[in-house]
Amino acid sequence: MTTATSPHATTLPRLLMGLDAHDGLRSLRRHLDYHGELPVRAEPGRPDQSLLDEVRASGLGGRGGAMFPASRKVDAVLSQRGRPVVVINAAEGEPPSRKDHVLLRGAPHLIIDGAVVCAALVGAREATIALEDSSRREYRALEEALYERAALHRNDDPEIRLQTVPDGFVVGEERALINALNGGPGKPTHAPPRPFEKGFGGAPTLVQNAETAAQLALIARYGAGWFRSLGTDEEPGSALVTLTGAVTRPGVYEIPIGASLQDLLVAADGLSAPVQAYLIGGYIGTWIGARDAEDLVLSNAALRPFGAALGARAIVALPESACGVAETARVARYMADQSAGQCGPCVLGLDAIAGGMERLARGDGGQLAHIHRWLGLVAGRGECRHPDGAAKLIASALTVFEDEIALHVRERKCTGDGTPVLPIPNVCRTGRRT
Amino acid sequence: MSEKLSIDWIRCDAHGLCAELFPERISLDEWGYPIVDGNEVTPQLRVHAARAVAQCPRLALRLERAAA
Repeated sequence: MTTATSPHATTLPRLLMGLDAHDGLRSLRRHLDYHGELPVRAEPGRPDQSLLDEVRASGLGGRGGAMFPASRKVDAVLSQRGRPVVVINAAEGEPPSRKDHVLLRGAPHLIIDGAVVCAALVGAREATIALEDSSRREYRALEEALYERAALHRNDDPEIRLQTVPDGFVVGEERALINALNGGPGKPTHAPPRPFEKGFGGAPTLVQNAETAAQLALIARYGAGWFRSLGTDEEPGSALVTLTGAVTRPGVYEIPIGASLQDLLVAADGLSAPVQAYLIGGYIGTWIGARDAEDLVLSNAALRPFGAALGARAIVALPESACGVAETARVARYMADQSAGQCGPCVLGLDAIAGGMERLARGDGGQLAHIHRWLGLVAGRGECRHPDGAAKLIASALTVFEDEIALHVRERKCTGDGTPVLPIPNVCRTGRRT
Repeated sequence: MSEKLSIDWIRCDAHGLCAELFPERISLDEWGYPIVDGNEVTPQLRVHAARAVAQCPRLALRLERAAA
């Protein structure tokens, strides 16, 4: 496969290139100025084998959080009978993560190119980009981009559609997203069948995260070797990170996987206050104490010894003035409220844990034993990994904030200044179990 | 061939019959939902397992071939 030469061979930014300017790469002309033409066309019924070889060689892992090899998802869809379709998952429901929002707003053509590449990979006739209802600006950016492409008579070939789904933490889960697109509730369904077997409209469905799609749009242009020139051998490429909390310039940054946390903090002009711990991987992530985080490397391999993973790469620096116990209690309540309400241990367990954390934050030390027991009762006992993710975060809080918890129990009150740090969307409770 | 129990958590409604019928492998948590011990269902236990699967009012319990 012939590939163009990247104007920015091995440097960053890649995905965020041109996004610092007002309106970013929203116009097709600016998009093409920066990234060049997409050398790929989707041919219905004819998967592009050489493109798939390139994606396989790139080693791209899914950027939604699981890092599952993008090429293997394609393989799974191609192993099925029936006309495949493509769904780009742009339902970024993780409150501390804004990476997909930034990409959708600033580089909508890159996402659309990615949808075209996905369609070419499986030989699909159509691709659907799914967004949350609240993502109005992102929807408009994509809509304008599609109009512009149509007006210039550019034949994207696969039909690209936009569809919204109700907001929620769990709707970003693949099966929940497909369920919502199919007119059902945005809740996971029992597997099998999985989306690659029977997904959107009952068709074998390739689901890729929005950032994964954007990475594919660049791999299709510049090739696997270019992609692998950043990152580590096992986890190649760049990735978007949402950095918030006590940093001077919070925002979305692009890092080579394997970069140090310190480098990322320097890019954000450093800390704005002394920090006690970092939340790595969002609300299904892990707390890591500031001392352990000093030499932290941002790759799954390096995070594994801490029981942590990059996930969707939302990182929050928790200032010393905040209370890690109270913050975790707030997230625990949010995660309990965001349960799809389908699986008993998730509904009852997360609610119990959230209640326990709230009482613990007020100094009730008798809750600790209960919380530990409940944590053991939710992991692995649901249809999706929502309870597992929440349990992991809370378990890490009990370790990292051990001294703070002891102080709460001794003083019988919360010791933080009460200013919330972690963002909790203002949403009403989702459906309880009926 | 070894077999394992699996639960469709969306279907399960904590009726608890499975733990009554197959206490060798299933107990209940404090909310009444089954805790399946991960050990394989030996041929000797298969009749009990099959009865629990058949009697689940929500058809949420399954006996599946264990991955090798």
